[in-house]
Amino acid sequence: MTFDALTGVLLIPAVAAALLAALPDYRVTAWLNVAATTLTLICALSLFFERPPPGAYLLVDDLNGTFIVLTTFVGFTTSVFSLSYIGHELASGRLTPPFVRFYHAMYQVLMFAMNLALVANNIGLMWVAIELATLTTVLMVGIYRTHEALEAAWKYFILGSVGIGLALFGTILIYMAARPVMGEGLDAMQWTMLVTRAAAFDPALLNVAFVFLLLGYGTKVGLAPLHAWLPDAHAEGPTPISAVLSGLLLNVALYALLRFKMLLAVNAAALAPGPLMVTLGLLSLVFAAFMLYRRRDIKRLFAYSSIEHMGIVAFAFGMGGPIANFAGLLHMTMHSLTKSAIFFAVGHIAQVKGTQRIADMGGLTETHPVLGWALIVGVVAIAGLPPLGIFMSEFLVVSSTFARAPLLAIVLVFGILVGVAALFLRLNSIAFGEPRGPSGKAQASYVPMFAHLALVLAAGIYMPPALVAWFQNVAGLLG
Amino acid sequence: MSRIDFDIAHLLAGLLVLISFLELYQDRLYALLNVFAAHALVLAASVAWQAFIQDAPHLYVTAAIALTFKAIIIPVALHRIIVRLGIHREIEKVVGVGTAMLAGMGLVALSMVVMLRVTHGAAPLAREDLAFALSVVLLGLLMMVTRRNAVSQVIGFMSLENGLVLAATGAKGMPLVVEISVAFSILIAFIVIGIFLFRIRERFDTVDVQVIDRFRGERR
Repeated sequence: MTFDALTGVLLIPAVAAALLAALPDYRVTAWLNVAATTLTLICALSLFFERPPPGAYLLVDDLNGTFIVLTTFVGFTTSVFSLSYIGHELASGRLTPPFVRFYHAMYQVLMFAMNLALVANNIGLMWVAIELATLTTVLMVGIYRTHEALEAAWKYFILGSVGIGLALFGTILIYMAARPVMGEGLDAMQWTMLVTRAAAFDPALLNVAFVFLLLGYGTKVGLAPLHAWLPDAHAEGPTPISAVLSGLLLNVALYALLRFKMLLAVNAAALAPGPLMVTLGLLSLVFAAFMLYRRRDIKRLFAYSSIEHMGIVAFAFGMGGPIANFAGLLHMTMHSLTKSAIFFAVGHIAQVKGTQRIADMGGLTETHPVLGWALIVGVVAIAGLPPLGIFMSEFLVVSSTFARAPLLAIVLVFGILVGVAALFLRLNSIAFGEPRGPSGKAQASYVPMFAHLALVLAAGIYMPPALVAWFQNVAGLLG
Repeated sequence: MSRIDFDIAHLLAGLLVLISFLELYQDRLYALLNVFAAHALVLAASVAWQAFIQDAPHLYVTAAIALTFKAIIIPVALHRIIVRLGIHREIEKVVGVGTAMLAGMGLVALSMVVMLRVTHGAAPLAREDLAFALSVVLLGLLMMVTRRNAVSQVIGFMSLENGLVLAATGAKGMPLVVEISVAFSILIAFIVIGIFLFRIRERFDTVDVQVIDRFRGERR
């Protein structure tokens, strides 16, 4: 097999994982980690220009191309952030060198699993990849080995496996539905084949399959009421992992759901998947918005905010149609960038303050102006205020919903407003007021954080027409 | 397919559901472990029988994996863990036996109603296999929620996976990728759990999930 970009996206993280597991020196491995994610990003970008034809197992099209570039980009910036973060964890003794070695290897395995899930052309292979991603993140969440970390990892493991189990059952049902039409064997599990023939599948079987898939992968997306693992896993793991979980893994699970939604859309007699996703999305949004008020832990606060935003994205894709899909895609991208930037800031803040308790940090703009203001910009962005990117996407979601289903739009706006108020309430006590907690100098790498925020700002002010056209094209694919 | 082929496949799948019920009310860890081994054994027999009647030799591999890993290696290893942790006393339950059994019956009825209704088109054997498989999956879930001991939750999870393997083998001609991967992921999952159990022991001196729950969440 000749080496092409698609192979690179999978092979580089896999080889890097093996290398990082074998090398003992953590300074070298931390840089190797960055090098590997850089190479992967370059490969992913080159997929835009030249892509291999879909094979029996792997596939690149416009839809997953977008996801791959987003995943590898955030994977790359997070690895840069993780350089200084992990350095500090080593210096403070929270992690020992063997654990750091393990962490770096797992980081690459996670990148491999997410890329594989995105490029898989086979529903079984995609399931395996998502399972692998789940297992690696379980190990990463438990890496600090404190009471809380172990409990979070255990909870994530149990809930995640049950979700994954239900998703496998749904996958088997899809195969059962496809078999009478397409015959036995690999064809009946291949996206490119399934989509062309789905119109002839048994609709009842497809319906049941989608319910299982929605519950299964929905657990991984963090949709309420299946979200219970998410805040714990985000709060107790290392912060780079929180950033990758929020910014990427939730998207990957959502991508799986979108693929199956496209399958159902082809079959006229099957149930419309939209309303189910709209319901779960709105439920997550409103629930998470109210939950934001009682948070005492800064990472939990933003974990709930992720549930809220995944709710909005699921809602937008559930509404469907070119505008709502466009808004959903844009919102997902903006959320990934903004939320990981916030977690970069939060990671450094928690390190300088030595705690994640909101009550123990205050007056951040005075003690650490750069971190404080970066956090403020991040929260302003995530709250959806103009002129940042999330404002654009939220505005599109809301306005397109008002045109089609005003009642739903009222619930949507209500949820968003409740969430915004809660975020600003908390932000106020973190960023302003009397300085509390230690005010030592931060050993921080600000570049990834500001790069993300700059992108979000740029997208809010001016979207290049080429990018708009690209998103419109993908939104059209989603139907 | 001859009548007897169908009957045996039916018998084995039904037996699996029955053993799931047995698991529900075991109140000692050793007994639970033995019943789980029997569960895996019946699964292996069922998969092997499917391999025979579908004339699909690759399914024998799946059967062998079920037999060696799930019926032998995992129960033996868990047995050792239980001894080492010194937790061979009674299992504490969240709900009583009667309630659990009633809930289990309800779940089996539910899966029959759902699966038999939506699979008119499929062959009778595949239909019933799928209905049985969903029952086993749901009973595994029920077991996970009614137990609070970490070891028995793991066993509940593994019997859930057994149901998934039953479903995958019942779907005629499903590519090998999936079965092998299921087996492998169970193995991986088991290793993960093993590590966790030891870490949990290291840190809390208990595997009772309810105690772990006390450490949860919001720092005050």
